[in-house]
Amino acid sequence: MTDIPLLSLAIWIPILGGVLVLATGSDANARMARVVALLTAIAGFAITIPLYACFDASTAAMQFSELRPWIEHFNINYHLGIDGISLWFLLLNSFITIIVVIAGWESIQNRVAQYMAAFLIMSGLMNGIFSALDGVLFYVFFEASLIPLYLIIGVWGGPNRVYAAFKFFLFTLAGSLLLLLALICLYNETGSFAILDWHQAGLPLGAQTLIFFAFLIAFGVKVPMWPIHTWLPDAHVEAPTGGSVVLAAIALKLGAYGFLRFALPIVPQACHEYTWLVLGLSLIAVIYIGFVALAQSDMKKLVAYSSVSHMGFVTLGFFLHNQLGIEGALIQMISHGFVSGAMFLCIGVLYDRMHSRQIADYGGVVNTMPKFAAFFMLFAMANSGLPATSGFVGEFTVILGAMQANFLVAFLAATTLILGAAYSLWMYKRVVFGEVANENVARLTDLNRREFFFLALLAACVLAMGLYPFPFTEVMHASVENLLQHVQQQTALTPPPL
Amino acid sequence: MSFVSNLYSATAEIFVASMILAIMLATAFARGIARSLAYSLAQLTLIVATFITFFTLNTGGEHAFSNMFVHDVPGGVLKLMVYLSMMIALLYGRGYLAERKLDRPEYYLLALLTTLGMMVMITANHLLVLYVGLEMMSLALYALVAFDRDAVRSTEAGMKYFVLGALASGLLLYGMSMIYGATGSLEIGEVKQAFLGMDDGSMKVLLFGLVFVVAGISFKLGVAPFHMWVPDVYQGSPTAVTLILSSAPKIAAFAMAMRLLAGALPNLAEHWQTMLLFVAAASIMLGNFAALVQRSIKRMLAYSGISHMGFMLLGLLSNSEAGYSSAMFYVIVYALMTLAAFGMVVLLSRDGFEAESIEDFRGLNRRNPWFALLMLFVMFSMAGIPFFVGFFAKLAVLQAVIEAGYLWIAVLAVVMSVVGAFYYLRVVKLMYFDEPIVNTSIKASSELQLMLSINGIAVALLGLMPGTLLKCCEEAMKAAAFAVGG
Repeated sequence: MTDIPLLSLAIWIPILGGVLVLATGSDANARMARVVALLTAIAGFAITIPLYACFDASTAAMQFSELRPWIEHFNINYHLGIDGISLWFLLLNSFITIIVVIAGWESIQNRVAQYMAAFLIMSGLMNGIFSALDGVLFYVFFEASLIPLYLIIGVWGGPNRVYAAFKFFLFTLAGSLLLLLALICLYNETGSFAILDWHQAGLPLGAQTLIFFAFLIAFGVKVPMWPIHTWLPDAHVEAPTGGSVVLAAIALKLGAYGFLRFALPIVPQACHEYTWLVLGLSLIAVIYIGFVALAQSDMKKLVAYSSVSHMGFVTLGFFLHNQLGIEGALIQMISHGFVSGAMFLCIGVLYDRMHSRQIADYGGVVNTMPKFAAFFMLFAMANSGLPATSGFVGEFTVILGAMQANFLVAFLAATTLILGAAYSLWMYKRVVFGEVANENVARLTDLNRREFFFLALLAACVLAMGLYPFPFTEVMHASVENLLQHVQQQTALTPPPL
Repeated sequence: MSFVSNLYSATAEIFVASMILAIMLATAFARGIARSLAYSLAQLTLIVATFITFFTLNTGGEHAFSNMFVHDVPGGVLKLMVYLSMMIALLYGRGYLAERKLDRPEYYLLALLTTLGMMVMITANHLLVLYVGLEMMSLALYALVAFDRDAVRSTEAGMKYFVLGALASGLLLYGMSMIYGATGSLEIGEVKQAFLGMDDGSMKVLLFGLVFVVAGISFKLGVAPFHMWVPDVYQGSPTAVTLILSSAPKIAAFAMAMRLLAGALPNLAEHWQTMLLFVAAASIMLGNFAALVQRSIKRMLAYSGISHMGFMLLGLLSNSEAGYSSAMFYVIVYALMTLAAFGMVVLLSRDGFEAESIEDFRGLNRRNPWFALLMLFVMFSMAGIPFFVGFFAKLAVLQAVIEAGYLWIAVLAVVMSVVGAFYYLRVVKLMYFDEPIVNTSIKASSELQLMLSINGIAVALLGLMPGTLLKCCEEAMKAAAFAVGG
């Protein structure tokens, strides 16, 4: 089994499939483009299943490793591998890709091949980000993934799409160029671009601080953390449904993943030094952005702000420096991938019918779309962290972790349960319940089979994860423990003098 | 050294020079087919020159003609790149010139003359030889810029280029005379040696000369504050000439900078590093900000070229082997990208219509998805986004400049890259997000389409495997005579 380069396949099958879809050309062959895209997405997902099946949960070492020289001049290698931290993101990503392809089946009629190809290529690049063990390889995937998303927002987006696409691209580019500088500095210090070598670098505190801030900005933009989150609501609102789903479900996870793979293990002392900063920013995101979400009149914007708030929970968990915090945050990331993706799909279902995202335009949708209302209910509940849904597991674990660390932090973080419920359920009430608001709502038709299928799939995931999270947590233990141990060892050492 | 082995070192130069004479004669007699004959012979000359240079590449490091001439590996590699750029530029420009009745045989003769000038510049080991090469290149270029002699714009650009270029040559020559005054020699190796045991007075004269040398180099590279001519000349020249202007001469100017600064004056490194630091910072900022507001694609690419050359200087001023090879890599990559970009402008230009404005790219994805995709490659490559080769050029340069301890300018450069990304993204936006105004399909010769496709794909493929070219630049610099700091 280990002879097959599974990770390479997981990266390159979607990308090559995307190129193939591009080759189908004009919209005259739209049907073929859709079918090829779906087959590729399924193949891409199928290839990630053995990753989970053959994963050895007892070790923190990198598994399924592949190592080939790439650019010898800089000692850059094509080095792939996954551990318990990254495993689930590959699965999540490949799974969401299938959903996105199905979701765009009918709602995209314009330049279908390019649309599908962009998503497939992006899916491959994302898998690359989660499995790269070489700094430059990571960076290359990290930044290349901007291109398809930029095109998706700009070509198939809403009326203000150009502004949103540029803002998204430039914000992220500014952050990631700082990351590039940090990577080059690390290379100059250690003579290697291997991430695992950097874990042992033991830099002086001054260098650590500089690199930490580069990481904080680079990954903070991507997460996004308050106050550099402003691109996200714009991008979400303007992106087509599929774009919003991938953005929320996968792209935001890249930043958080970066904290775990880069910031914590490479510059542990600086991380300890500035824990207060990250915790502070995270709490602002959780509470303040929660209130901001409450005030939104546009459904997509509301879910976008709720994403920022939930991701604040994730960064909070990481910087609690205990096992519960990090594992809770990881579960929260996966859960948020399912839930926010599903929320955007629900809004997309409504948007396809009414061409409006304003909450005020809706009301009494339950009367005409009962099946839809049931699914939407489940996802809204999950978004607010109802027990037995996936949203609860992550949030509860992070709060437990926070309790171990600091009561006040835990107390403030726990307000998310109230705020989350407030904005999710209030929006749900205004959109779904009540009298039928207008004629347009009265004319709505319920879910078709395709829509029912992908929402049911996500609902199953949300419930499964809420009821039985063991398969998710089991694989993480060893890696997270190892990470924490490493960080503790490093911080216990007195940092070398400046 | 015997006379014959002197000739051996200069085989390529001698071949190109005799071919120029032969073509001149041949086209004078073959009246009917003069145009296509001149074109074919010019391409043939470049191809044969490629073979000659390639097969004499490994002899490396020997001097000829009383040390006036050096036959070394970096020179060989750079010459190969010059041939390649010229071949591509001539091929792209051919249809464009024919449509405007500009494809007279003199065009190809001038193009070969400028190539010969660049070859001499690249292989010069003596300040005067270098100057002669520079002038041969420049004079032919002045004529090329004004080649559309009935168009006011073209002649104006030619005039502007000539006046400013002559001034810059004068500055450079003045600087060289100072160097001669201080060191008593014009030969690069001797200038370097003369530094040892130099008295204070001579040192001052030498520094004084260095300022002018740097100014001359800056002008030829087209970097701030000597960039004024770049946008006007790029815009005014026929696009076929802009193709030549923006690619090969940059490679030659890079060679000149290497010979003069790293070759002759390495002992003054701390001084020219400081000068170049400001020149580079100014170019990167000015180029990127000015490009933001351009409506003409040619002017936009001109300003972007200024910032790219500033970026390249970051590698040079690192004054390390890694820095030199990264700068060489950068200039080669830049030539490839700029050829593709201007090639695209040529592609969109039709009979009597210049694809002058950026707006002409509007909706290209609707009109021709393939070339829109290639232009997307080139734009993202220029913006330094991976997987395209422009990213690795930036990576190499930044690595060198950070290692040399100039973190602040690396930060400045990447911040400016974000500014730069904006105008590259705007081209992509026009091609992909907007609907076309005109819906005419693209008419261009199949050889142009094929070569442009190869060029665009090369930008993407080199990004996937940049290792070979990087290695090649590294080896070339290792084999070079200028050991760092020595």
